[in-house]
Amino acid sequence: MLCTECQKRTATLHYTQIINGEKTEVHVCEVCAQKKGYSFPGDEPYTLHDLLTGLFNVTSPGLDVKEDNFFNQFNELTCDHCQLSFSEFQRIGKFGCTNCYDTFKAKLPAIFRKVHSGNTKHDGKIPKRKGGNLHIKKEIERYREYLQQLIKEENFEEAAVIRDRIKDLEKLQGGNES
Amino acid sequence: MSLEQFMNEAISPWMRVEGPENDIVLSTRIRLARNFEKVTFPIIANEDELRSVIEFMKENYEGKSYANYQNLAFIEMEDLSHIEKRVLVEKHLISPFLTKARASGVLVSENEQLSIMVNEEDHIRIQLYFPGFQMKQALDHAFELDDWLEEKIDFAFDERWGYLTSCPTNVGTGMRASVMIHLPALVLTKRINQMIPAINQFGFVVRGIYGEGTEALGNLFQVSNQITLGKSEEDIVEDLESVIINLVEQEREARHYLLHTSGKKLEDQIFRSYGILKYGRIIESQEASARISDVRLGVDLGMIKDVSHNVLNELMVLTQPGFLQHYAKKVLTTSERDVLRATLIRERLNI
Ligand SMILES: [Zn+2]
Ligand SMILES: [Zn+2]
Repeated sequence: MLCTECQKRTATLHYTQIINGEKTEVHVCEVCAQKKGYSFPGDEPYTLHDLLTGLFNVTSPGLDVKEDNFFNQFNELTCDHCQLSFSEFQRIGKFGCTNCYDTFKAKLPAIFRKVHSGNTKHDGKIPKRKGGNLHIKKEIERYREYLQQLIKEENFEEAAVIRDRIKDLEKLQGGNES
Repeated sequence: MSLEQFMNEAISPWMRVEGPENDIVLSTRIRLARNFEKVTFPIIANEDELRSVIEFMKENYEGKSYANYQNLAFIEMEDLSHIEKRVLVEKHLISPFLTKARASGVLVSENEQLSIMVNEEDHIRIQLYFPGFQMKQALDHAFELDDWLEEKIDFAFDERWGYLTSCPTNVGTGMRASVMIHLPALVLTKRINQMIPAINQFGFVVRGIYGEGTEALGNLFQVSNQITLGKSEEDIVEDLESVIINLVEQEREARHYLLHTSGKKLEDQIFRSYGILKYGRIIESQEASARISDVRLGVDLGMIKDVSHNVLNELMVLTQPGFLQHYAKKVLTTSERDVLRATLIRERLNI
């Protein structure tokens, strides 16, 4: 497969890019990947550089002045721990510290959605110590969903068992917190 | 240095074990990105902060062991020569980025299956390799190692966004699962061109493996997950597994097809490549990769009986520029490397 940028060299990097909800296939050679900023330090599939700058600098047709003002204010927003401003974050495509996530939180769902095919919420491993009651909370959530399903199926016997289990977990959760 | 000693250095102990499906899948890797909650991420951190991370890791993990991962050695980048750094990159123990990062280092287990990069783009990057196709085992072990580190480190974690990383492309699980796969028949039949977009659509990135140049080398591809947020590690690994199973099946089918439709031609190509590796006097890295790929296919198809996968894995690593210069103990020009490369391959195949 030829590189879609130069049409000369063999494409060696292949992935799907989503910009403004539109999927584009990217098939580029190493040279063009680097030129276009698709290239990556180490083993990253691509850098966010172009994606992010594209994301923020392209004014969408529906953008009015009011939003524009909000946008400018946001650019000056600076993380009080590492001093990274939002416009710097856009430029380098990296967070400077844990606190940046909090500082820029209003903009993050939109960014994450583009990068992670519409996802904005973690659904994986939770650290044992740091996660604290989060494990229990997640388990309760899972059981509650299951309980709803059981009730729908009129499987009340099993539902009673699950309800008790949820109660136990809630007790455990309360105990840990105090 | 004797050739034998040098070979021993080229190939990591874990690579000597034959893994499942290793006629097509070379290796499986899990990488987890983690950060210290209270320390500024490496790109912004000052020298003191970076040092504090290095010192913490040294103090708590140097010389320590966990399960199969014995006797972690700590290597600081600033203590290494340019060639030594390159050798670690060619062995995939560190990323090229780490060699340029400030106050950075790596913990490596004795079997070289585990490496923990310190102060790369994130404070910690756990990398775990398995031979062949072993996604679930790799994930289980990576999780255990992660828990082991978490006993002493407060990781940056948020209930909503998961593990916090410097780059938004890693947030959530912080996991990149990848598989290195050899697909000569899919390339020869050009079927790979239809398969790649389908794999991309499924959320996985495919990339050719590079050597010195910019062309894909030796029909080797790395397939890895694109997204890290909103999908559990288990689900990512399961999906990657099904992508790889499909690729392996298609590759096997394409090999059969080639054997039936143009068997003699294929055999000729394989043995010509074998001849060049055995008797050539000058060989560029790109050609070496292509020839090694042909010979590997010949071994898989039972046409070549006196060469093992291990020998080919060794050749892939030790014919790279860093290793060649490490062997020569000096900086070599491109043409000097091409001669030394041919010599090493010849000697190795004639042992
Ligand atoms: Zn190109
Ligand atoms: Zn910050």
